[in-house]
Amino acid sequence: MVAQILFLVLTLAAIALFTINLRKIIRNIRLGKAVNRNDQPAKRWITMLRVAFGQSKMVVRPIPAFLHFFVYIGFVIINIEVLEIMIDGIFGTHRIFNGLGGLYNFLIASFEILALTVWVSCAIFLIRRNVLKLKRFSGVEMKSWPKSDANYILITEILLMSAFLLMNAADAKLQSLGVGHYVQAGAFPVSQYLINLLPSTESALVIIERSCWWFHIIGILAFLNYLPYSKHFHIIFAFPNTYFSNLEPKGEFTNMASVTNEVKAMLDPSFVPAESEPGKFGAKDVTDLTWVNLMNAYTCTECGRCTSVCPANITGKLLSPRKIMMDTRDRITEVGQNIDKHGAEHQDGKSLLDDYISREEIWACTSCNACTEACPVNIDPLQIIVELRRYAVMEESQAPASINAMMGNIENNQAPWKYSPADRFNWAQES
Amino acid sequence: MEFKVPTMAELMAAGEEPEILFWVGCAGSYDERAQKITRDICKILHHVGIKYAVLGTEESCTGDPAKRAGNEFLFQMQAMTNIEVLNAYNIKKIVTGCPHCFNTIKNEYPGLGGTYEVIHHTQLIQDLINEGKLKAEGGESFKGKKITYHDPCYLGRANGIYEAPRKAFEVLDAQLVEMKRCKSNGLCCGAGGAQMFKEPEKGNKDINVERIDEALQTNPQVIAAGCPFCMTMLSDGIKLKDKEQEVKVLDIAEITARANGL
Repeated sequence: MVAQILFLVLTLAAIALFTINLRKIIRNIRLGKAVNRNDQPAKRWITMLRVAFGQSKMVVRPIPAFLHFFVYIGFVIINIEVLEIMIDGIFGTHRIFNGLGGLYNFLIASFEILALTVWVSCAIFLIRRNVLKLKRFSGVEMKSWPKSDANYILITEILLMSAFLLMNAADAKLQSLGVGHYVQAGAFPVSQYLINLLPSTESALVIIERSCWWFHIIGILAFLNYLPYSKHFHIIFAFPNTYFSNLEPKGEFTNMASVTNEVKAMLDPSFVPAESEPGKFGAKDVTDLTWVNLMNAYTCTECGRCTSVCPANITGKLLSPRKIMMDTRDRITEVGQNIDKHGAEHQDGKSLLDDYISREEIWACTSCNACTEACPVNIDPLQIIVELRRYAVMEESQAPASINAMMGNIENNQAPWKYSPADRFNWAQES
Repeated sequence: MEFKVPTMAELMAAGEEPEILFWVGCAGSYDERAQKITRDICKILHHVGIKYAVLGTEESCTGDPAKRAGNEFLFQMQAMTNIEVLNAYNIKKIVTGCPHCFNTIKNEYPGLGGTYEVIHHTQLIQDLINEGKLKAEGGESFKGKKITYHDPCYLGRANGIYEAPRKAFEVLDAQLVEMKRCKSNGLCCGAGGAQMFKEPEKGNKDINVERIDEALQTNPQVIAAGCPFCMTMLSDGIKLKDKEQEVKVLDIAEITARANGL
């Protein structure tokens, strides 16, 4: 009875804490500017099913895709087991689903096989990061916390799967000893090999079985509450993030309506613009970005596929699209913490541009869309870069001198070079 | 040129309308290397007998480099001025030799009042081949020649056009050898996003050199391009590698024109 109450309190506390943190993140995302991403629902559902559920963009790199698939499937399927643990925990039952008979045996057997594949995949992932030191996982932005974060996640998953298998092994041994509470249920294709490693006294086995059970469920609840602070949040946000993907051609940049009004008024003095909110052009800070940009930042799992295909990064420039997303998340988190501590009106004098992302980074972008193409969950670093450029150019007139010269040429000669408009058709005179 | 390139103003004065407007673009108008591509596109249009016209001195920059650089004001000024001209001439269909002009007019002009059917010249060539109006005869033979094709970002990833340019090589009976990074995974030449008009940021290599190294690994006789800016970057790369004699950088329009003896 004490165990049941303890279980219930722990579970409810974990869910409550997670809800509080999730709501804060949603509040932070809503600090972004409005953008309509509710059109074409059918196409959006299909995109989410294909890209998030179907992981269609992962296959480009077959080895990690294969390993990630096991972890993903393991995560989804083994959660059925968590449901049983929840019911058992609350009602003090043991293996409540065993009434399913043959199906139960099949389920437990498949969980075991998946647990093993998750274990092995995570171990390989750890080796790739820490022993093979794949280039994709390094870079200036992958020091300290981001580097530890990845390792914590993988080690936690390995521990959770180990506890699950050890629990099953102890359970199976208790079943074979005919201990009353441990009903004959389940099939144990993996943990059967652990049975001989376990002690044979009933009391020791019960301690192992119960410890692993508690470790497994407390581990899952703790992991749930780790998510809001971690890159691993993608396991939740990948779904809304792909649903709210940009469905337009990648080359299409938004036309700024506020600018359209001013340009129309300039070209036609009789034009009366419709009411529009005054505001700055482009983005200096995260709150000038759209909520989709901010959701993108929370979704990023820092895999670095974007950075590894970025022509600027490949050739040694400072720009890294992954860093753009990580900076955006760090900054919106900071803005959120400021609101919590000092209220909504507080200004800390910092901004995304300059305090997090430098001018050198934004001007190195070729807008080639390799990053957006590579992202397995349709994150768009390019849009953030363009918004920062818009701020630098339109609010501050701070562009590299050669860019200013190019723009001056367009204004004066209708071409980015210093040629006379009268010579524009000269090409037809030669052969 | 052996024939006169018709302008919209002339056609209008004669009370005629063209089937298609050829949007030349700034590079195609002023850049010496790109002018050759422009003339070859005209030769192809003339050869197949499509009724076309250009804007001539009435054309102006689409505003693309300004927009990518973050100057939305300048972009929209250019866009609205161009749309006024295009709409005044009642333009319905546009072909352009520049993927940047193509992307801008196709995707960004409709929201500002300019809606046209816009195609890139490689799509026009593909259509003409499919319709049997364009073959590869009467000119230079590319049979068996090793050609590698560099996907322009604003044609490929930006607009999903990968097959039309490759179609042009099929009729040549050439040997298309793909680079490791091709199609949706293609590497930028380094000119996009207004980089064409500035020095690159500090790094350890120029992007066009990275791309040329990759292209040369395929051991090509021809590196094919479909964008005047890619053309500049790739040609500069080839010059730097001192391979101008062995490897030609040619636009698909040039290859098509040569194969047909135009």
